[in-house]
Order: sequence, then structure tokens, then C-alpha cells
Amino acid sequence: MKFVDEYRKSKQANQFADAIRRCVTRSWTLMEICGGQTHSIAKYSLQDLLPEKISLLHGPGCPVCVTPVTLIDKAVHIAALPDVIFCSFGDMLRVPGSREDLLTVKSKGGDLRIVYSPMDALKIAQDNPQKEVVFFAIGFETTAPANAMAIYKAKSDGIKNISFLVSQVIVPPAIRTILDSPENRVQGFLAAGHVCTVMGYREYEPISKDYCIPIVVTGFEPLDILQGIYLCVKQLEEGRAEVENQYSRSVRKEGNLPAQKIIQEVFQIVPRHWRGIGEIAQSGLGLREPYTQFDAENKFSCEVHSQERSTECISGLVLQGIKKPNECQAFGKSCTPESPLGATMVSTEGACAAYHRYQSVRS
Amino acid sequence: MCLAVPGKITSISADDPLMRTGQVSFGGIFKEVNLAYVPEAKINDYVITHVGFAISVLNEEEAHRVFDTLNQLNALDEPENPTP
Repeated sequence: MKFVDEYRKSKQANQFADAIRRCVTRSWTLMEICGGQTHSIAKYSLQDLLPEKISLLHGPGCPVCVTPVTLIDKAVHIAALPDVIFCSFGDMLRVPGSREDLLTVKSKGGDLRIVYSPMDALKIAQDNPQKEVVFFAIGFETTAPANAMAIYKAKSDGIKNISFLVSQVIVPPAIRTILDSPENRVQGFLAAGHVCTVMGYREYEPISKDYCIPIVVTGFEPLDILQGIYLCVKQLEEGRAEVENQYSRSVRKEGNLPAQKIIQEVFQIVPRHWRGIGEIAQSGLGLREPYTQFDAENKFSCEVHSQERSTECISGLVLQGIKKPNECQAFGKSCTPESPLGATMVSTEGACAAYHRYQSVRS
Repeated sequence: MCLAVPGKITSISADDPLMRTGQVSFGGIFKEVNLAYVPEAKINDYVITHVGFAISVLNEEEAHRVFDTLNQLNALDEPENPTP
């Protein structure tokens, strides 16, 4: 496939690995933000191509992983109500709530449907006017334009029987939280290429300046990631701290302006709780006033008393790059993709699931 | 979640600009994709698609930059040509 196969060639991957090796004189710790990048790193064993001096930590960019347990519990509560069709991306069904997950609701007869796009939920609402349709609108900035469009169209087309359980988060405040932590080890970031395709990368420039840290906007194929690492390491070795764009075939500095316009029309910045990390100020998107009629939390009274199950799971530390998945005592024993203790073992983009699937990643 | 894949636009139907859609081929598998966020997209362009929405048109020229960088790195690494 064009724009895919040419970025997966091993000869070129080794050439980048050689360039990184020639460039490195000291130890550096980098973090890739996006779970999609983590997945590629594990799948193609990219860490094995790198010199010992380069460590990769895996960031919080997995929306399934950071959706708070309270919202999972609310989803479980709403999905079990009669006359509700609950629509979700497939990854969310097995994320553990306080007591149950969404798949359990489905097994008990709940009308739960896996959809490919939020627009599919809109269609389901139009086709089922006697039912209440709820879409679990999770995601980072990449998914925000799609969720925003579904909400915008629901209002403009007067579709009353749909609402959205919103868990939208944004990357830059999470980067600041990681850098502010006294336990932080990250010296350079690979920013998420598709988040930046939507938002551009101007908002990363003050972060790079404030913390004196290189940030390289990076794609998802093996050559993209290796070039991102090369650019980041080169900056560190030369004592520079800038924002660079490796993924320029998709990312423009200003991002996708029509998409940003709809996001701003529908959403406003709100504080959000991140599972495993805690509340981060100004780190999420919530519905603006004209659209709050589509907020499932308003439409359905759902007082839930959520509590994280007490387990050995260290997914919070994994999401912050403080621990690696295979440093967890439960990893591969009491916690597996078939029986996950934490959300990072559920999503294919969760670091624990990626490590479990591609065991060759070294500790 | 932020998984987004490149595909080639094979046809476009445009009525409402917010619902401008196209048939996109992902290695031979066709899907209908919303093109509202890529008003510049034309037939035969490659778009990055996420949950049913195209979020960018891939830039062919920029796509070569990875290989240009590699060529430069390799040129630096090769011994200089002997002068005649």
C-alpha cells in the first residue's frame, strides 16, 4: 500500500538505526506520546535496533486507557437501561469498571453496538426513533472532529433521541503534568502525528521552550518513528530544544483548520480526570452550552459510586512513563488481554497489551 | 484509537459541504469517508482517515523527505570520491 509499505523497509530502518548510533554519545530517555506509536515500536521491535543508551518510555496517549472508571461505571449504568441503544468503539467494551464492564452488560441482554464512527450512532438514532441512543464519545484531539461533527449534525438535523457520554482529552496539558512530576525521566518527546494533524504544533512550542525539551512531531510507521528518534537525539546531543515536524506529509504547523472550527463550535476546554493519573486542569473537552442537551450525563441521572478495584495493577505508573509494563508483578500472570486488570492491557494501543502481544520488547 | 490509515480517493459526491463524502480505497478495500475536513481533496489524492473522517491530504513532496534525509546521511557516511 502506498504511504505504508515504503516506510516499513528493513534496510532503511537499519540505516536510521546506524545514524542514531553514530550520533549518540550519552544516555537519553525519550517518550512516545501515542499508543499507536507504542504499538509500532513493540510490533517492529524498534527498541532492539536502538543503541543501549536510548530508552523509550510509553506515554498516556491511549484514550481507552485514560477514560476514568467513573465514566465506565456511568456507561455501564446507562447501557443497562431499557430502551437504550449504547454505541461504542469496540475497545471500550472490556475496560474494567468498578464492578462490571460493558461486555457484561451486553451478555446480560443490553443493546450494545460496536460502531466504526460516531456518525454510525447518528444513523442508528434516526433508524430507531423510539429508542434513546447513547454514544461513548471518547478520544484525543484526533477523534474530536468526528465526535464534534456527530454532535453538530444531531443539533442541526434536530435528532433528539441521541446523546453523548463525553470523555475527550487533550495532549499538551498531559505533557506538562509528566514534566512537572518529580519522578519525571523524559528528556525528549515524540509527539503524536495524528493529534498534530488536527491541531498543528504551535501549542507545543511554549512547552519546548518552558521545559527546554525537544519535541518531534512523529508518524507511526517504523521509519517515521526511527527518524523521529534520530531528530530528537540529534537535538539533545547538540543542546537544542525545538519543535520539529517529522510527519510533514500529514501535519501542517497550523493543523486542520476546518476541523478545529467544528471542535471549537461544539466543545470547550474543561478539567478532566485521567485514569491512573488523576485530574489535570484544562485537559479535556466538554460540551458548550448550545449542545449540553446532548450530554448523556444530563439526560440520564447516573449517580455512581466508583472505586478502582484494588489490584497489583500499576497502569497509572505505566501511563506516566514511570514504570514499564513488564515491571508489573501481575503482567502476563493475573493480568492478560483475556482477563485484564487495567485498561492498558485492554486496548490494542495500551502499552501492556502491546508488550504482551509482542513479547520481544526488552525490559 | 488514533489509528488512522492512508487511502486513495476514487470518487467524490458533494451535496452538503458538511457531508461531502468519497469512496476511499484502502489497499483495495473500499469505504465511504466523510471529506468535510479536507475541502481541498480531489479524486486520486491520498487521505489519512480516522473513524470515518479524512483529516489530511497526504503531501507527496513531503512524503519523500524521510528518504531524502536517509540519502544525505548515507552521503555523509561514504568515503569521499578520489580526485582525479
